Amino acid sequence: MSWWTSPATETQISHGDRFWLYVLAAIIMLLLIIPTLIVIPMSFSDSQYLEFPPEQWSLRWYGEYFDSTKWMRATVTSLQVGFLTLLVATPLGTMAAYALFVSGHRFAKIIFMLLITPMIVPVILIAIGVFYAFGRMGLNNSITGLVLAHTAMATPLVMIVITAALRSYDLNQERVARSLGATRIKAFFMVTLPQIKFSVVTAGLLSFLTSFDEVIIAIFVSGGKNATLTKHMFAALRDFIDPTIAAISTIMVGVSTALLLATQFIGRRKK
Amino acid sequence: MPVSPDIERSMLNGQELKSQKKREEWVLLGLSLPAIFVIALVVILPVGWLFYLSFVDGHGSFSLEHYQKMVEYKSYARVFIATFKVSALTTLICIVLGYPIAYFLAALPSRWSGIFMLAVLLPFWTSLLVRTYAWLVLLQRKGLLNDLAIQIGLWDSPVKLVHNMTGTLIGMAHIMLPFLVLPLYGAMKKIEPDMMQAASNLGASPVRAFGSIYLPLSISGLAAGSLIVFVLCLGFYVTPAVLGGGRVVMVATQITAILEHQFNWGAASALGVVLLLATVLALYLAGRFFKFDTALFGKR
Repeated sequence: MSWWTSPATETQISHGDRFWLYVLAAIIMLLLIIPTLIVIPMSFSDSQYLEFPPEQWSLRWYGEYFDSTKWMRATVTSLQVGFLTLLVATPLGTMAAYALFVSGHRFAKIIFMLLITPMIVPVILIAIGVFYAFGRMGLNNSITGLVLAHTAMATPLVMIVITAALRSYDLNQERVARSLGATRIKAFFMVTLPQIKFSVVTAGLLSFLTSFDEVIIAIFVSGGKNATLTKHMFAALRDFIDPTIAAISTIMVGVSTALLLATQFIGRRKK
Repeated sequence: MPVSPDIERSMLNGQELKSQKKREEWVLLGLSLPAIFVIALVVILPVGWLFYLSFVDGHGSFSLEHYQKMVEYKSYARVFIATFKVSALTTLICIVLGYPIAYFLAALPSRWSGIFMLAVLLPFWTSLLVRTYAWLVLLQRKGLLNDLAIQIGLWDSPVKLVHNMTGTLIGMAHIMLPFLVLPLYGAMKKIEPDMMQAASNLGASPVRAFGSIYLPLSISGLAAGSLIVFVLCLGFYVTPAVLGGGRVVMVATQITAILEHQFNWGAASALGVVLLLATVLALYLAGRFFKFDTALFGKR
């Protein structure tokens, strides 16, 4: 009973005194976790109707998914757009974040505000605006258009991650390198980048996920043979409950979990 | 008064250094050009275009008809009320559920908080489409929640939990909760434990110490989190569209409906502009109470 009566806070409250808090927190956390993971057991059910727990287990819905050209094509599109977004948004955001952080110019703050507008403007407005503008430019239903749009959504996230990293990094190290004769570019790549590389990787993973999970812009801007996974999923959700979605959802949860654990691992190694 | 050559040289040198610094600042700003280009193309230009469209009537001349309709038609008022109601209630639910877990997480030693934090981060990183789908399945007539409630005797026959306001609020709260917990946790982590100890040493009861020290110090994090949730809710589309089943019409749903059924760009744009203004207003009002900078990056 020593844990129970031992003090839990600076105000001499014991763990036993606030056991109610632990129970409450546990309940709320379960409420957060269960709906995220419940699709996993359901996806292995044999039934048309998603019951829990499933009476009979099978891989039927995974079969449906992997045998469908529609779903496979959409998956390839989503992965492709996600990777391209990662490849474009990470350097773009890193460059901008570094530039605005180092430059003491009075415009730097204004440009920073401008570059994080995609986080402030409601996505639905961006989606219909892009749909309208891309219509004029012939970019609707194209991979290029979707990557551009997703890059705009991911860049602010990259900038926030990198700016946070630069704030905890001592820029004097770069000054030392430059006073020893390195050019600014060389100093960045040899001194600064190696020290913020984990943040750059995290930012890259985040931009992939931003694109891969993005729904609203994809609904409007992607289509035809370049429709994304999320666009098809949304259409299916609106119409009826198709258990194939449970199988796809499970795969998506797997992808996010892997990426999340990767960033946690990176974060731990950094310390 | 004549200046000695030495001083003159160093003055020239200083000028040169100054202009070099100016030049470098501009070159550095230039590095942000590619990002500016993409965001201008995807956000600034299209939204500007919509702004223009919202002030133009069917014949291409300036008019306020789209905004007038918003004031005159009752259907618009219903949409605005529903949007505000869903956003406010979701924020409230998130505050009630989020404060205890943020407090719990902030009080844990760091080796444990990392593990328990996954409960917040995992949903945060999971596609909202997946989570919306999960709630659709859980809340349906023959879903897990109805089964469970009937089994333990909460109600006798299946209750309609989805395709209505209830389902929308449950789903929205689940999706928004991490957005409230994360900034709140950050603010709570910065509270010095010594402060609580000092209060206690000076004779404050635990409740008093919490009320007059901890709560006020955590309020900026709570405000930041609540604001993020509220603003995100205002423009939310996917979850109300799926879990509301057409019965909960929010601004974003209405915008797509106008485009799908009437193909009326002016009306849709006007509604979008109002949504944007509401968002900016909320952020502006909140910006007067706390610094976004600190909320985004932590204390400098």
